[in-house]
Amino acid sequence: MLPSSFEYVAPTSVDEAVQALAAGGVDAKVMAGGQSLLPMLKLRLARPNLIVDINNIVGLDTLEESDGMLRIGALVRHGHLERSELIRDRYPMIFDAAQRLADPLTRNRGTFCGSIAHGDAAGDWATIAMVLGAELHAVGPNGAVVHSAVDFQTSMFETKLGADQILVEARIPMPKFGQGSSYKKIDRKLGDYATAAVGASIVLDGTTITEASIGLTNVGPLTIHAADAAASLVGKSIDDAEAFEQTAVLAAAISDPVSDLRGLAEFKRELVRVLTKRALRTAGARAQATEA
Amino acid sequence: MVGTLAVTTTVNGQERELHVEPRMLLVSMIRDLVPETGTHLGCETSSCGACTVLLDGKSVKSCMVLAVQANGREVTTVEGLETADGWHPVREGFKEEHTLQCGYCTPGMMMTSVALLAENPDPSEDDIRKAISGNLCRCTGYVNIVKAVQYAAKKQQGLSV
Ligand code: FES
Ligand code: FES
Repeated sequence: MLPSSFEYVAPTSVDEAVQALAAGGVDAKVMAGGQSLLPMLKLRLARPNLIVDINNIVGLDTLEESDGMLRIGALVRHGHLERSELIRDRYPMIFDAAQRLADPLTRNRGTFCGSIAHGDAAGDWATIAMVLGAELHAVGPNGAVVHSAVDFQTSMFETKLGADQILVEARIPMPKFGQGSSYKKIDRKLGDYATAAVGASIVLDGTTITEASIGLTNVGPLTIHAADAAASLVGKSIDDAEAFEQTAVLAAAISDPVSDLRGLAEFKRELVRVLTKRALRTAGARAQATEA
Repeated sequence: MVGTLAVTTTVNGQERELHVEPRMLLVSMIRDLVPETGTHLGCETSSCGACTVLLDGKSVKSCMVLAVQANGREVTTVEGLETADGWHPVREGFKEEHTLQCGYCTPGMMMTSVALLAENPDPSEDDIRKAISGNLCRCTGYVNIVKAVQYAAKKQQGLSV
């Protein structure tokens, strides 16, 4: 299995990479971890004329908090998130997902930002970036551009990232006081894509929910932002089981799964309902723990 | 026609200069150009882990990395586990615990195990099973693979096995 021929450059700065990408035209592709791009090249689903490899750019592997944001650079691998104490202690939802994403070999190579730029509704990180309100910082020929993770994906494998732009960093607001988050995924086996997965974040004031956010993975052509479901929780008590059930029903209703080898559409929709409740309950418990 | 690119890479401690087409996969460079054939090519689609090598010390699937991406980096294959003063503990463990039947998955399993033990010298059975979750074995049922890693862990810590 050999990709079709392409030219290859591995620049050492973002500016050079942006120039190379522009010079390559619309058929040039950026490669970070390559764990989604390489299979597409081998199956010849993608035939770029040029690969701009960003792995030699120094400084894109930043994983730190500054100015109220968690910064995740374009070369932060899944395995880096999985092993980070900062992520374990402060961003439990990211930590949840990192444990069950692909396999350890793929995690050593694939990147958080690359997964989001790939625009696949089966990707776990796009949901998490959406739920946590990430800013996606890109650089193009006209300079820096910031996209919102909430409406980043536009269709299957398409995003708002311009063909001449490189996603260099995701920035996630630091957790607020009383915030908890969780990611619940059902998969056929460790390392598979989600049959269905739900991410949830809750902010509590005492026992009252003041903010909520819910995202759904692999249950539609796009990563789904269950905004109405989340909004229905605001003002409710963390102990209001009926409100949780209602939110879960709304989340399931907005999901749009298809029947495939991972299960029937009805089954996946039911998973969304159950996983939404579980994600909310865990997020709620974590939020209460931060308040204690 | 795209020309070849010069790649300077260290394979099992030896510096090599090789010429590769940009589209060549790392596994093909290792097997055809280096050439060391211990690294196996199974699925070629990121499913099996038979092609696992260490790239700058991290376990990766060499069918999922371009050969040019090894430029300036260090590659360790199963042949690199050969040491002057005897067998690598992982190799010994795989022999002692009867860990292979057809042996196709073995080089990948060994490299994954080496990477695991470098990071976690005393893994639980659960840690081991999670670590090898990207490496498929169609013969053994994994039980003896887990034992081999446990054997190697003890050996590496200087405990009796
Ligand atoms: S040959 Fe590389 S994962 Fe199967
Ligand atoms: S021993 Fe045959 S595949 Fe593992």
